[in-house]
Amino acid sequence: MLSIKNLHVSVGDKPILKGINLEIKPGEIHAIMGPNGSGKSTLSHILSGKSGYTVTEGSATYQGKDLLEMPPEIRAREGVFLAFQYPVEIPGVSNVYLLKAALNSIRKHHGQSEVDAMDFLTLVKGKVRLLEMDEKFLYRAVNEGFSGGEKKRNEILQMAILEPKLCILDETDSGLDIDALKIVSEGVNSLRSPDRSFVMVTHYQRLLDYIKPDFVHVLANGQIVKSGGAELALELEEKGYSWLEDAEASA
Amino acid sequence: MSASTQEINNLINQEYKQGFVTELETNTFLPGLDEEVIHKLSKIKNEPEFMLEYRLKAFRHWQTMKSPEWAFVNFDPIDYQSISYYSAPKRKEDGPKSLDEIDPQILEAYKKLGIPLDEQERLAGVAVDAVFDSVSVATTFKGKLKDAGVIFCPISEALREHPELIKEYLGSVVPITDNYFAALNAAVFTDGSFVYIPKGVRCPMELSTYFRINAANTGQFERTLIIADEGSHVSYLEGCTAPMRDENQLHAAVVELVAMKDAVIKYSTVQNWYPGDKNGLGGIYNFVTKRADCRGENSKVSWTQVETGSAITWKYPSCVLTGDNSVGEFYSVALTNNYQQADTGTKMIHIGKNTRSTIVSKGISAGKAQNTYRGLVKVLKSAENARNYTQCDSLLVGDQCGAHTFPYIEVKQPSAQVEHEATTSKISEDQLFFCQQRGLSAEDAVSMIVNGFCKEVFKELPMEFAVEAQALLGLSLEGSVG
Repeated sequence: MLSIKNLHVSVGDKPILKGINLEIKPGEIHAIMGPNGSGKSTLSHILSGKSGYTVTEGSATYQGKDLLEMPPEIRAREGVFLAFQYPVEIPGVSNVYLLKAALNSIRKHHGQSEVDAMDFLTLVKGKVRLLEMDEKFLYRAVNEGFSGGEKKRNEILQMAILEPKLCILDETDSGLDIDALKIVSEGVNSLRSPDRSFVMVTHYQRLLDYIKPDFVHVLANGQIVKSGGAELALELEEKGYSWLEDAEASA
Repeated sequence: MSASTQEINNLINQEYKQGFVTELETNTFLPGLDEEVIHKLSKIKNEPEFMLEYRLKAFRHWQTMKSPEWAFVNFDPIDYQSISYYSAPKRKEDGPKSLDEIDPQILEAYKKLGIPLDEQERLAGVAVDAVFDSVSVATTFKGKLKDAGVIFCPISEALREHPELIKEYLGSVVPITDNYFAALNAAVFTDGSFVYIPKGVRCPMELSTYFRINAANTGQFERTLIIADEGSHVSYLEGCTAPMRDENQLHAAVVELVAMKDAVIKYSTVQNWYPGDKNGLGGIYNFVTKRADCRGENSKVSWTQVETGSAITWKYPSCVLTGDNSVGEFYSVALTNNYQQADTGTKMIHIGKNTRSTIVSKGISAGKAQNTYRGLVKVLKSAENARNYTQCDSLLVGDQCGAHTFPYIEVKQPSAQVEHEATTSKISEDQLFFCQQRGLSAEDAVSMIVNGFCKEVFKELPMEFAVEAQALLGLSLEGSVG
């Protein structure tokens, strides 16, 4: 699905990622954990195509294609989805309009016809129920006046409708209370499938209580300093990040 | 400037599609303006004597006036002697009786603009008056309107056939002394539309005038007069385009609306005059006076405008709320790009009791353009319980443009309620990236964001125009779902 090899990324002259290696196979869930400033958000941004970053070395191959060469909208149409840490507001544009425009641009990319309005509404309403959202959300402007939890749920709704292959969740748990975290996690779990992979970027272990990862990677100073199974997250919860950073510094 | 901001700018910089020139034999006055030209003009249009006097009075007054300088726009002084004040396609002596007699080139020009004038292809439910340079070349559905008692014709024809109405109403809302450009217009106006809706009549279709400037070095001075008698109802649409030329051309129009007791007038404009090229060369100077008098009780006038064209736009569609309980509305989208300048807004003058006004203004500024909202809300002592709500939003695209808001509020009546809200925002890179990450191209994303920004105004436009307005901004249809 995704193969990252020796990826170096800078912002201006400042190196942020210093040689990331990561292999993600279809159906796998990888958690990327790490302290603030370790480069977690940079990793999710560079994979989804945000501008302002320079790749100085290395590669990222997605389904056999050079991911880093693709403009962001092509990545999206090819199935890469970023659930934003801070979803933006778009005043005046209704949620349902954005969803339909997005779905149709993806369908068009794959040579499919535009979705019929009635079929679309049926699809959307089903997903709305799944995420325990109020249908009124569909007709409100994108994220405008939404609470933190509503914004995150809205991200998962978009994911559920666009059915991406590689889902990147950037600090999806931040700003969520425990109820919202449960609902969002259930939404994500319902989307798990053998041909869909997830990269979860998170600072805290608690999200992993609800979405069980296959692999946990610890990012520190722009490198993956330790990888392991779900149990690694628990160890981090107990010991914090400093022992790993110290280990790296002395290595 | 970052790459994606550059991209936004490229997207907004769309080619002007209406910039073609129609080659025609024309009857054009030599440039210059004096009393002789006005005599000639009045004669060629076969006007009644009172009209010539009206024009001469206006001209003499105009000569004593100075070009206004208070608007937030910059341009070189206009040489009024280098402009031709009349240009008309050559035709038979007494004008075309049917469309067959209209120069096929003109029909072709309107067809290209998406305004078919021939019988079979007419826009369903919309009567069109087509004004080409200084004259009206065709008015459709005249017969059907006549059956309803509605008069919809070129104002030059109204001058000959309904002089009593012209005498009573022309200049009653915008007097010849009103301002510099209104005085000039009163002296030299050539054509425009005249509408009279009799008592209690609901106009059976949308009325529309399509203004086209074609000839070079001419000014277009059109005059529109709409009278809605007691209890009547009319919706009027106005569209404008011009060829691409390197010289600036002057368009100084006057529009007067009169709404009697219980009458409703809805006036919508999609203005797409040639805006000049990327370097600010050429384009139309659009200096327009538009004013409505809500003369009767419970009358209502609603102005909706989408202004995307012109090098300079200087216009303030206004409502004088004379009648008790009368309502004035102003909904505006003004898009400026490159070196375009717009100083636009409205004036709401509350005179009657319980008068209400609503102002929603959306300014979008890109490139090196300057976009100004200028509005006056005036509540006279007589206007007990008057209410006004004003909302001015500005959207900036890129970092070299400007948005300005000059709200003037004068209240002499303590029971009045006046609200003003203003915001300024930018299309952020985050918004753009968010949309792209959902699979939309940058172009569609900008369209969607701008469209969302303008939504409150677009929903006020009649359906036919809403589509055109959205297409004009390069937008796909917002709100087509749900």
